[in-house]
Amino acid sequence: MTVITHDANVLGEDPFDTANLLDPYPFLGRLRDAGAVSYLESTGSYAVAGYQEVYEVLTDFETYISSGGLGPRDIRKDSGWRPPSILESDPPIHTVMRRALTGVINPSTVRALREPFTPPAVELTEQLAQRERFDAITDLAEKYPLRVFPDAVGIPDVGREHLLPYGNMVFNAFGPENYIFKQAFAQGDEHAAAVMRNCQRENLDDVGFGAQIWKRVEDGLITEQQATLLVRALLSAGVDTTIFGIGNTLSVLARYPAAWARLRENPKLAKFAVDEALRLESPFQKFHRTVAVDTVLGGVHLPAGAKVLVFLGAANRDPRKWGENADDFDLNRNASGHVAFGMGLHQCVGQPIARLEMEIVLQQLLERVAAIEPDGAPAPILHNVLRGFESLPVRITAA
Amino acid sequence: MSASAGATIDAVVDQVDRVADQVVSLVLRRADGQPFQPWQPGAHIDVHVGDGLVRQYSLCSSPDELDHLRIGVLHVPDSRGGSKAVHALLAGTPLTISEPRNNFPMRDSRRYLFLAGGIGITPLIPMLEAAEAAGKEWTLVYGGRSRNTMAFAQQLEDRYGPDRIRIIAEDEAGRLDLDQILGMPRAHMLVYACGPGGLLGAVEERCMGWPPGALHTERFVASTLGAAAANAPFEVELARTGTTVTVPNDKTILEAVEEVGVRVLSSCRGGLCGTCETQIISGEPEHRDAVLSQEDRDAGEVMLVCVSRAAAGCPRLVLDL
Repeated sequence: MTVITHDANVLGEDPFDTANLLDPYPFLGRLRDAGAVSYLESTGSYAVAGYQEVYEVLTDFETYISSGGLGPRDIRKDSGWRPPSILESDPPIHTVMRRALTGVINPSTVRALREPFTPPAVELTEQLAQRERFDAITDLAEKYPLRVFPDAVGIPDVGREHLLPYGNMVFNAFGPENYIFKQAFAQGDEHAAAVMRNCQRENLDDVGFGAQIWKRVEDGLITEQQATLLVRALLSAGVDTTIFGIGNTLSVLARYPAAWARLRENPKLAKFAVDEALRLESPFQKFHRTVAVDTVLGGVHLPAGAKVLVFLGAANRDPRKWGENADDFDLNRNASGHVAFGMGLHQCVGQPIARLEMEIVLQQLLERVAAIEPDGAPAPILHNVLRGFESLPVRITAA
Repeated sequence: MSASAGATIDAVVDQVDRVADQVVSLVLRRADGQPFQPWQPGAHIDVHVGDGLVRQYSLCSSPDELDHLRIGVLHVPDSRGGSKAVHALLAGTPLTISEPRNNFPMRDSRRYLFLAGGIGITPLIPMLEAAEAAGKEWTLVYGGRSRNTMAFAQQLEDRYGPDRIRIIAEDEAGRLDLDQILGMPRAHMLVYACGPGGLLGAVEERCMGWPPGALHTERFVASTLGAAAANAPFEVELARTGTTVTVPNDKTILEAVEEVGVRVLSSCRGGLCGTCETQIISGEPEHRDAVLSQEDRDAGEVMLVCVSRAAAGCPRLVLDL
């Protein structure tokens, strides 16, 4: 069979310009409509935004490799700003690191977190329920993961203030070195050094995920350097994205009062609401892969060494996958298969912890808040690859 | 051990061959001379071995030849008598069996790695044939104590060649080097593994570094080696709604439950992320995931419904759904 190839549609629009970052969906719709694979003049990379192509790139980890880095530069040729993480690795290096992480974060270790994770959510939502208005981001979404997650990893109290700025660096570096990137890296060395310090064995407590990862060094599965990098991966991947996940879920639910009422009647649906909100407003919107060998995707020839910008958030709104109401929140929708946590080899290993945090916060809020609505426009955050809000004022009726 | 489910068939043992040390192969035909119902690679049959004992044996013949079925049975001296009874069968003996059923179905993909421990080779044989016929990229790694204990090893090597078939006999080459075999995940490669629990446990551990859904296993229970662990379709009672769902062999619990409109949150649907973890109210699961701890497995209080099933002899699971 002859594969008929054509050139990618060339797009002049820049996904990283301010307007497209603050309100990504109109651009993403145009990108999906432009064809299976587009070439972005602004970044010199190819772009995929349809569910089918995104799924193919994520699952074919041999053709679309991660060791070139998740940013626009190929870190194999041009070393990155830090030693590569598990996200920036391919098999077989990825394989041992992934095994070590999966052995540590699994259903039984995550189940045990429900108990310690609940009281802080109770306390926070009890305080908020006494107010008529609050900011769902600064008063809740940004507070909760920082209350529970660093403890679960087992890092010391000293230096926790570096976690958010560090996460901001890590994720913004998956985009171009624009002014947003430069702002994030303003005190980069300091943040990176502080986080790296907290990944060392002697600075971790004896029971958290950090210590469990280091135990795999004693088992001979991973090296000390890999253990450090895996703890670092937890700290960088486990805070910002969960904050954005909680904030985005509330941003959606504040717009859908009927869904809130239904969730109040049946709080067991909370986890489905979170899942559907993750599909609709995916915190992790996009990252790059590197083409390992010449290939064809969606009829377009992709040369070895090219960068592909993978739009998870657009795939999660592709009407060909989700139907004509793909842009709507539908509590009845089975959102299974969304790629908010990635798909395949690199699918988020911390996903069960993130889901637990989001579900607990929502359930506690549902218990105490009869109705929630926007109190003015939310302020989207200016970020290269994450989608979220820096402020989300809400008005509530206490239960 | 387990109640038989569904209709039984009067069959006749047509041929008995000793195919390895302690392993016999039986060719079975229907007593009425009719062909068997069509089946897919991975299928097994129930064999009524006498004294109310029913054993499940995987089919190792070709699905293209429905005039007969072939099974391979390892003799386990200290088991409860199933394999001993089968080994005593002679050509011409009548035998009650079931039609083929499949709880180890082969999903379509671009590449396959087949991994057999001992008599676990049997369900894989039709899979090799299917993969070959479809022009897929595939290899078999087949481990056993020594060549003379490894049924069908020589035939497979003769048929497909040593590039496709890697025979690893312990007395020549040591045990299977799973770190080497599974150390390099391949894109779109599915792993089909069958053998004793110890081997599959080690395979599951290594597949934690593989994409979710890559690994598919069928356990051969230690007490009845040569017999597949789980058997018939089973029922799942959903405690919250009072609904009961039958889970056929070619569907997962998750799929069967979703079909009746009950919601279960899931993500990887491959036994790796744990999102679909479900409380078991009663019944005994056969865990096929790659992430539950041994303590969880022993406690039997939760299961991942995207891959795990009811254990052999457990016709009904009651789940907190």
